[in-house]
Amino acid sequence: MAEKTTIVNLTEEEFVHSGNRACTGCGLSIVYRMGLKALGKNTILVVPPSCLTVLQGLYPVASTKLPCVNVTFASTGAAATGVRGAMKALGKDDVNVVAWAGDGGTGDIGIQALSGACERGEDIIYICYDNEAYMNTGVQRSGTTPQGVLTTTTPIRGKLQAKKDVPAIIAAHGIPYVATASAAYPLDLYDKVKKATTIAGPKYIHVHTPCPPGWNFDTRYTIKVGKLAVETGLFDLYEIENGVFRLSAPSQRVAGGKRRPVKEYFATQGRFKSLDPELVEQIQQQVDAKWATLAAQAA
Amino acid sequence: MHIIESGNVAAATGVKLARAQVIAAYPITPQTPLTEKLSEFVESGQLAAQYIPVESEHSAMAVCIAASTAGTRAFTATSANGLLYMVEQLHWAVGARLPIVMCVANRGIGAPWTVWNDQQDSMSQRDVGWIQLYANDHQQIIDSVLKAFKLAQTVSIPVMVCYDGYLLSHTYMPFDRPEQTEVDAFLPPFAPTHFLDPENPGNFNTVTLPDVRPGVDGTLQPGYIEIRHNLHQDLRAALATYEEIDREYAERFGRGGTPFVEPYRCDDARFVAVAIGSLSYQLRDVIDQLREDGLAIGVMGVQMYRPFPDEAIARALAGKECVIVLEKALSYGNQGPLYGDIKSALYRLENRPVLHNYILGLGGREIRTQQLLDVLARSCANPGEIEDTPRWIGLKLQEEHHG
Repeated sequence: MAEKTTIVNLTEEEFVHSGNRACTGCGLSIVYRMGLKALGKNTILVVPPSCLTVLQGLYPVASTKLPCVNVTFASTGAAATGVRGAMKALGKDDVNVVAWAGDGGTGDIGIQALSGACERGEDIIYICYDNEAYMNTGVQRSGTTPQGVLTTTTPIRGKLQAKKDVPAIIAAHGIPYVATASAAYPLDLYDKVKKATTIAGPKYIHVHTPCPPGWNFDTRYTIKVGKLAVETGLFDLYEIENGVFRLSAPSQRVAGGKRRPVKEYFATQGRFKSLDPELVEQIQQQVDAKWATLAAQAA
Repeated sequence: MHIIESGNVAAATGVKLARAQVIAAYPITPQTPLTEKLSEFVESGQLAAQYIPVESEHSAMAVCIAASTAGTRAFTATSANGLLYMVEQLHWAVGARLPIVMCVANRGIGAPWTVWNDQQDSMSQRDVGWIQLYANDHQQIIDSVLKAFKLAQTVSIPVMVCYDGYLLSHTYMPFDRPEQTEVDAFLPPFAPTHFLDPENPGNFNTVTLPDVRPGVDGTLQPGYIEIRHNLHQDLRAALATYEEIDREYAERFGRGGTPFVEPYRCDDARFVAVAIGSLSYQLRDVIDQLREDGLAIGVMGVQMYRPFPDEAIARALAGKECVIVLEKALSYGNQGPLYGDIKSALYRLENRPVLHNYILGLGGREIRTQQLLDVLARSCANPGEIEDTPRWIGLKLQEEHHG
């Protein structure tokens, strides 16, 4: 892989206008800004309804300096396919066609179109920013909401079911590149998006994206919360390139034994306040078991 | 040159001649042979298009929407439940003002499952904002496809070309296949002014407020209602545009001249039967028979259903004693959709014809010539008053509930 990007050599070119409509402390703001920097000018975006629709602005004003088509909720993977098809028909083979959707738009309503695009081998980059609920509509549970989380549709007991592992589902399609990333590690994200632009076929990047109002933490802690998710081993950063799994640096450190207890992560956010100690212990055991396997693989 | 082929192949041949650039395909009976033929055209190199075998009709229209927004000529085809699965996307395509063309091989809708012909699928989509053309035979299928592409890109509104499943899609008839050079002269390449372009980035279909709003340069831009008003105005204006396109087509290819309605023996008729699609041609034999019996009756096929050619219809039906609308679709709990629209178009006339409405052929129930003879003879013998509750033709096991 190319040399790691640092804050010294990171491009200064911006493709998102400042003063957009994202919330204070929005994880997506970081993810979107860094992602577009990595993609560069020769890019066409496909966006379904999500917080990004809001961030992008209200007609006739737009906060993104790249061409973008807003599409229906369930259609993102297919719409990206259509843009790529048009680029092929027009002989414009050097354009990045990039779908950018939330976790509900990806793992729930959009999974059919995404699966179809992966199976067909479409030359697209699909970026899912995972803020772990339907935030744009006011924090309703999604398939990717973790167990125990309070949302406006799991208001008392918290979500009973576990988080759907969307990157694993996409990886099962055998596409050339699947990666996870986090808003708290923007340069790691940048390099993964950059790498995706160099690979032919479907590329999928799943980005953990803290959301202050939805997760109920103070707006200044977006990075801290995102880092804790990785440091506790709850959210893992990795790449699967042509079928080869590799932990990314922050998660390699976790595999190396520097893993913090999950309760530290839960304590930072109001959405976990109904978790009982028994469930916390259960989740800790699940995470321990997962990392026993991952550490063995990494060793 | 004249060839003998199925209606689906007539449609596919039109799409090939139109040089569609992106084709989204998902199989559904009875549209499937059209989709198969297009894959053959593309794989054999006869058509330089991107053929995208999507995983659903919703995605088929998503591909067309995106490909069209990116500046290419996009096509798909469907039937029945497939059409309904893409309904959200139909609204999106027209709201985004994309010149997509789609064929609909008309089929009844479940439940219960039916694969046979009626027109409930596309008729139920009349209020979406798409232009709807209906073909009566194979020649009209291929001609309509070519005219549809030109109309769509002229007015920036998508067009449905509808034809009866099985009755037209799977039957074989001779038709003239226009020469590629002549089609190229008629239909120029799609060259949009606004499209997805990294050199000139735009953000398409963003959230639009109820009220007008200034852009960054201070100029007021339309709100949602202005954008929708534009669509409606442009749809009404599309009537004249289509008339012009049909005239040009007739000059180049020798066929056309009746873009909206196709009357048969209507000039001196006191009574007129009205139908959409192949039924209007089936009725011609019935009309000939009734004429031999001395009845002054004609039949009129409606070829464009949206925008509704109300003036052409009022002109054609003014002064008639009784108009009998026969439909393979129903606005459940009310009347046949065409019946209601014709009644509305005739309202302005001073001497309005009496109107009768018949529902028939739903889910592929065979329409027998004798039945048509009987009902037309009955309506003509006793026009009476306008009948707002439709009569049903050919019901078995149960009495028709009428009135």
